[in-house]
Amino acid sequence: MSVQPVAAAPSEPVIPGRDRGRIRGWIHEVNRYPVIPGFIMLAMVVAAIFAPLVAPHDPQFGYLGDRETPPFWHPEGSTTHLLGTDQQGRDMLSRVIFGARISMLIVVTVVAIGGTIGTALGIIAAWYGRHIDELIMRAVDVTLAMPFILVALVAVVVFTQSTTLVIGLLAIFSWNGFARQIRADSLRIKTADYVSLSLVSGASTIWIMWKHIFPGVVNTMVVVATLRVGSLILAEAILSYLGAGIPPPTPAWGLMVADGRAYLDTSWWIAFFPGLAIFLLVLSSNFLGDWLRDKLDPRLRQLD
Amino acid sequence: MTTFLVRRFFYGIAVVIIVTLIVFFLSRASGDPRTFFMNEYTTKEQWDAWGREWGLDKPVIEQYFLWLGRAMTGNLGKSLRENRPVLDVVMERVPATVQLAAGAFIFALLLGLPFGVLSAVWRGSWLDYFGRTIALFGQALPPFWLGIMLILIFAVQLEWLPTSRREGIPHYVLPSITLGWLTAAGLLRLVRSAMLEVLDSEYVKMARAKGVGSNSIIWKHAFRNALIAPLTYTALVFVAFLTGAVVTETVFSWPGLGLLAVTSVNNLDLAVLSGVVLFLTLLYVVVNFITDVLYAVIDPRIRLE
Repeated sequence: MSVQPVAAAPSEPVIPGRDRGRIRGWIHEVNRYPVIPGFIMLAMVVAAIFAPLVAPHDPQFGYLGDRETPPFWHPEGSTTHLLGTDQQGRDMLSRVIFGARISMLIVVTVVAIGGTIGTALGIIAAWYGRHIDELIMRAVDVTLAMPFILVALVAVVVFTQSTTLVIGLLAIFSWNGFARQIRADSLRIKTADYVSLSLVSGASTIWIMWKHIFPGVVNTMVVVATLRVGSLILAEAILSYLGAGIPPPTPAWGLMVADGRAYLDTSWWIAFFPGLAIFLLVLSSNFLGDWLRDKLDPRLRQLD
Repeated sequence: MTTFLVRRFFYGIAVVIIVTLIVFFLSRASGDPRTFFMNEYTTKEQWDAWGREWGLDKPVIEQYFLWLGRAMTGNLGKSLRENRPVLDVVMERVPATVQLAAGAFIFALLLGLPFGVLSAVWRGSWLDYFGRTIALFGQALPPFWLGIMLILIFAVQLEWLPTSRREGIPHYVLPSITLGWLTAAGLLRLVRSAMLEVLDSEYVKMARAKGVGSNSIIWKHAFRNALIAPLTYTALVFVAFLTGAVVTETVFSWPGLGLLAVTSVNNLDLAVLSGVVLFLTLLYVVVNFITDVLYAVIDPRIRLE
């Protein structure tokens, strides 16, 4: 049996000798990469990193005289506030840009914490097996079976809301996916010859885990992380919307939508733009996650 | 299969124990419950008497079991805000949430089943693209924003449908769509992929070769067999509705359990919050367990897991 190359995307087969024309070929080439989601993601990441430089106004202070200014295309709108202002006269565009920063900061931190803990526990579970494996996997099952929002609401009452609490809660509910998938991969790698040879030649456990197993699960780790990003952004936004997430003066997207709920019949844009930003970011990160999975690790298709 | 179910049963119990522990320490973290009843005439003797009566002089672990025992007999304490038993406050909210979930379920079936089947049958057509777009949007739309945008379009701009409150059938439309959207999208994807698989099977090809009409193939041969996976999925839907209800009810001021949980957080009414959380967690665990049983019965391959 010959080794079949893994198709990057379900594209039409290239028929030799058939001239597609340069433009069609170019379009085809572009279609194989997630250009639009990639562009949205890039724009948001750049906006998030350079928020203080990119944002035209201060996101937390506004002039009450300017309050509820509509977006620029509206007859009453102005180009000073491209997306209008909220009920306190704060510039919507600047708030959405700073919101991207908050959202990404949280997601990156959570993925870093959850990914590190999950990967480490996954490798440990696979390597030691038996009781340790059993214990870690049962912990995965229990965290998967907990009603996330309810636990978060209770935690907010006990510890009062803070950004750290949001990060902690999301991390508790996101390490499990890493642990489960990495364990499965490590179990496979564990049986490889190079691992047993390394063991015979006297390598320490830590060394084998770090030098032989970890490099083999990096792809999976990256794929699981990107596939998680979308749901983490949504979870953070939901918590903030419910008043159980990021505390108020910070411009978090979920909070901004909650603010806009009361002004829906006069100023729809207050609730509209932050929600649209969440939607676009989640949509494009889901697209990129799927694409990356197909590229790096098509076996993970079942992970959806 | 028995080992699988026994194991699942113990996970359920573990989750309940962890949640009761969280809830118990929540009620203790808020301080000594005696302070709520104390005034300037309270004597030291009274204070100690209360302590003995409520078991506060005992070790914390023992207090936990006392509390657990009371909770199991339905005694969850009194709501600080409404001064009524918590159980009553929680129970009167149940119908609203159940009705909302039923509405959302109907919406999900109406959208998910036909579009799932048709996108598979006419794969690559505009209808398929439409179906797949719905499925993609379902995963990425923030549920609270979807609800608010529905209000903006259908209630504020077009004035077709009412928002908030719970009176006639029209009041159910927007909340049901909001809660059911994610489920509809998931169902659509599942039905579509199951249909594609079945339509490609030998017996469907056989039926085709025999000259069976295409309607009969789609609905009699393929659809029935494609339903197995989505059927088990619908049990999971209930779990999605539980968390979804918190968000949807907040958006539409729907007087159900989800809104009760959020308002009790805002009012710092710990007794009610613990009541709602305990009640919903029990439901959640029971439904999860039933889903596992269903899976094991319908698809025996699961047993090996």
